[in-house]
Amino acid sequence: MNNRLRWRKFVSNFMLTMTGVCAVVAVSVLFFILGYLVYHGGTSINWNFFTKLPAPVGESGGGMANAIVGNAKLLLLAALIGVPIGFMGAIYLAEFSGSSVAFVVRYAADLLNGVPSIVIGIFAYSLAVLPFKHFSTLAGGLALGVMMVPITLRSTEEFLRAVPRALREGAMALGASKSKTIATVIVPAAYRGILTAILLAFARVAGETAPLLFTAFGSRFWSPGWNQPTASLPVMIFTYAIAPYEDWHRQAWAAGLVLLGLILVINILARAILARGIAVPRS
Amino acid sequence: MATTTTTAPGAGPFAGSRSFISKLRDGDEIARLITFLFAASVVLVTVLLVYELWVESALPRHKFGLHFLITKVWDPNLDQFGALPFIYGTLVTAAVSLLLAVPLGIGAAIFLAELAPAQISDILEFFIDLLAAVPSVIYGLLGVFIVIPLMREYIQPGLKNTLGFLPFFQGPTYGVGFLTAGIVLAIMVIPYIISVSREVLLSVPRDQREAALALGATRWESTWKVVVPFARTGIMGSIFLALARALGETMAVTMVIGNTPTISASLFSPGYSIAAVIANEFTEATGDVYLQSLIELGLVLFLLTFILNGLARLLIVATSQRGSGVGQA
Amino acid sequence: MKQIAGLLVALLLLAGAGIVLADNPLTINGAGASFPYPIYSKWFDDYHKKNSNNQINYQSIGSGGGIKQVTEGTVDFGASDGPMNDDQLKAFRDKHGFDILHFPTVLGADVPAYNIPGVSAELTFTSDAIAGIFLGKITKWNDPAIAGANKGVNLPGNDIVVVHRSDGSGTSYIWTDYLSKVSDEWKNKVGKGTSVNWPVGLGGKGNEGVAGLVKQTPNSFGYVELIYAIQNNMPYGKVKNASGNVVKADLASVTAAAAGAAKDMPADFRVSITNAPGKNAYPISSFTWLLIPEKFSDAAKRDAIKGFINWMLVDGQNEVEALSYAKLPKEVVAKEKQALAKVQ
Repeated sequence: MNNRLRWRKFVSNFMLTMTGVCAVVAVSVLFFILGYLVYHGGTSINWNFFTKLPAPVGESGGGMANAIVGNAKLLLLAALIGVPIGFMGAIYLAEFSGSSVAFVVRYAADLLNGVPSIVIGIFAYSLAVLPFKHFSTLAGGLALGVMMVPITLRSTEEFLRAVPRALREGAMALGASKSKTIATVIVPAAYRGILTAILLAFARVAGETAPLLFTAFGSRFWSPGWNQPTASLPVMIFTYAIAPYEDWHRQAWAAGLVLLGLILVINILARAILARGIAVPRS
Repeated sequence: MATTTTTAPGAGPFAGSRSFISKLRDGDEIARLITFLFAASVVLVTVLLVYELWVESALPRHKFGLHFLITKVWDPNLDQFGALPFIYGTLVTAAVSLLLAVPLGIGAAIFLAELAPAQISDILEFFIDLLAAVPSVIYGLLGVFIVIPLMREYIQPGLKNTLGFLPFFQGPTYGVGFLTAGIVLAIMVIPYIISVSREVLLSVPRDQREAALALGATRWESTWKVVVPFARTGIMGSIFLALARALGETMAVTMVIGNTPTISASLFSPGYSIAAVIANEFTEATGDVYLQSLIELGLVLFLLTFILNGLARLLIVATSQRGSGVGQA
Repeated sequence: MKQIAGLLVALLLLAGAGIVLADNPLTINGAGASFPYPIYSKWFDDYHKKNSNNQINYQSIGSGGGIKQVTEGTVDFGASDGPMNDDQLKAFRDKHGFDILHFPTVLGADVPAYNIPGVSAELTFTSDAIAGIFLGKITKWNDPAIAGANKGVNLPGNDIVVVHRSDGSGTSYIWTDYLSKVSDEWKNKVGKGTSVNWPVGLGGKGNEGVAGLVKQTPNSFGYVELIYAIQNNMPYGKVKNASGNVVKADLASVTAAAAGAAKDMPADFRVSITNAPGKNAYPISSFTWLLIPEKFSDAAKRDAIKGFINWMLVDGQNEVEALSYAKLPKEVVAKEKQALAKVQ
């Protein structure tokens, strides 16, 4: 009996230690990735990287200036598409809709969320590239925007719903119409959560590569306007990483660091905003 | 706030009998209409997407029918297309990734939910969430420069020497291949398993644990034999979510899998996945059958992830509903 | 809140800067072969420096991609080292109502690049050896078929890792065209094309991908365009040509391969020069072509492209040898200048 107990205790301690090991392993992967990127990317980041265009193949000294700007344009477009639809749609779901319509919309959003990003790329290609006969920043922004919609929608809806009834009813008791209530009471009360949702959706699509492969395509020059193909950081990383040129590898590390840095900063920011408190009832 | 003489939001007894014009003047109805249009556009986009996938894959669907799913050959020259090597690769890499990620993930979740003090648990969870945010092309980057050489120099030969009698670990060791892709995918999906499982475990009522401990169980026994089974369906849900992510992953896989449509028992063999072949061949598919076969592959992938996501959601919902219930049989 | 506003403003500024700085030059988009990508990227860069209101954006996605995208009309011109076949030409004609023209730009070579630990010598490959390796019949580096042509070199008994293209490739077309000519078994079993059913091997994306794989994988054997091997310091072998001589790919041997074809160049410029006769000819050489539609709806684009081709045929040719591509034969240049008039 005593032995058996000792064995069981041993097993217990052992297994629990193992779970600790698992957790440590999982977390250390993150630090490993960060560390490696900082080391390799940090040594490759220089002024050229941010200001120069790509050099001809095999020559060194090029940079990714056009990819950085291209990414900014793509993300701006994605946000212009994804945020309004997600935000307004969430307001509808949380404030106006009946349960059957809400079910359909939520289901569609979840479906869209689960679509692999390469399939979204196919969709954007047939919608925005083929009919217009060229690759464009517009098509790339569309693909990314479509990906932003479900994340923004569902999260915003959650935060709108979390606003206490007391606030709503108080506003209505004072004679406000529904739209007024939403605009001046509910949304401001949930603004932190909504911001978090938008930021997280943004961070999610900022790193997407697959949908851009056949929509924004790529460019070695500055991309004027919205109708031309454009370079982007993720696609450049992909192209440079599988190539044999050492200089390209270095640039890929630098780009990886910049991209990851951007995404992590947005994530941390989003969580910090949320952590400062959810809907604060106003007196 | 300006005072408006609007009726109370929602319906009054005569709401339905107002004229359309007078409804339009009502700010609420406009707001309702506008937000409805946005919400409807979400549905519209989704329907359009499925429609495009279906319509744009008509040629191979008519030509090959269901045989498409079981044909091995992918020959653009002869216009012969079969999905089997890609389905195989997609499933094998996902399976390998789960085999690695599930034990690690559940183990870590148990640690975070049961053992770690609340603050440490929250801090670690914060980092795990950050891991989930790393874009796949970065994993691909690390895969190419770190994992592949590691596999080629140490892990694959090591496995071959020790477990080489198994058909899984035979054949030449290139560094790329199913196993490498599975490992990279495992790293990518662990955060999903950990964060969802942790939440589910945390929501198991205290009395379950305490009852077990009161009956003399060790902490591990109480966790493993009582708490985890209680949270079983939620954990399964997290595994399905991770699986769906692994199936649809494109960039990281295409950079490490070897890009060869092969069906082989050996995990060292290079292979191909649905997402990877679409990414590689889409811009150059000459001929309608070729392009539409790639789109049909996209449809297959979409259906796979659709079914899995549905199952995942059912499972997770089932758990959250039973959270406050009495202990299961 | 302030941080978000700040982020958005920064984003807007960046995007705005992108739009403003670009000062709207005319952008012409092209895509296709990775085989000539090094020289094309240099050309387009230089041409842009001379004509800053034109920028020609070329993406290396493989010849298959070039043919496909120019047929779809999503790019203004294509590029391929495997000439379009009659079916593809017809598809273009059916879709657009006019023809697409081939314009040779440079001569280049597919070289057999390898990465054998411990072997730094220059190896010689017979056509049988190459065919056997790519068919999967020759599996080890010390196989007699290879060792026989490389007496004195200590070849290990390691398994050969074959590397080929995973994307639709003119470089593959050249390689399989050559193999189809020298090996009946290859011709019957696999055939030639930009995408074939490779019996063995790993797939890399673009010449860049294959070079990357060969460089990083010990015991590997793949085919890349000459400049990729040179720029990356990869050893590549000599090949025994149709006359029985062992020839290394360089400017002279590639030019020799094109000598015969130069005089008999067909009007549409589609010609294969693999396995060419001639004692110094490198057997796996090829022209590479720009695929230019016959009609342009946008006159500015048409003029820009024609201007580029005229520049390419004279000044551009002076830059190719530095990147180990061979110049076009004079007869071909003359013919192309005449053919350019067809583009309207």
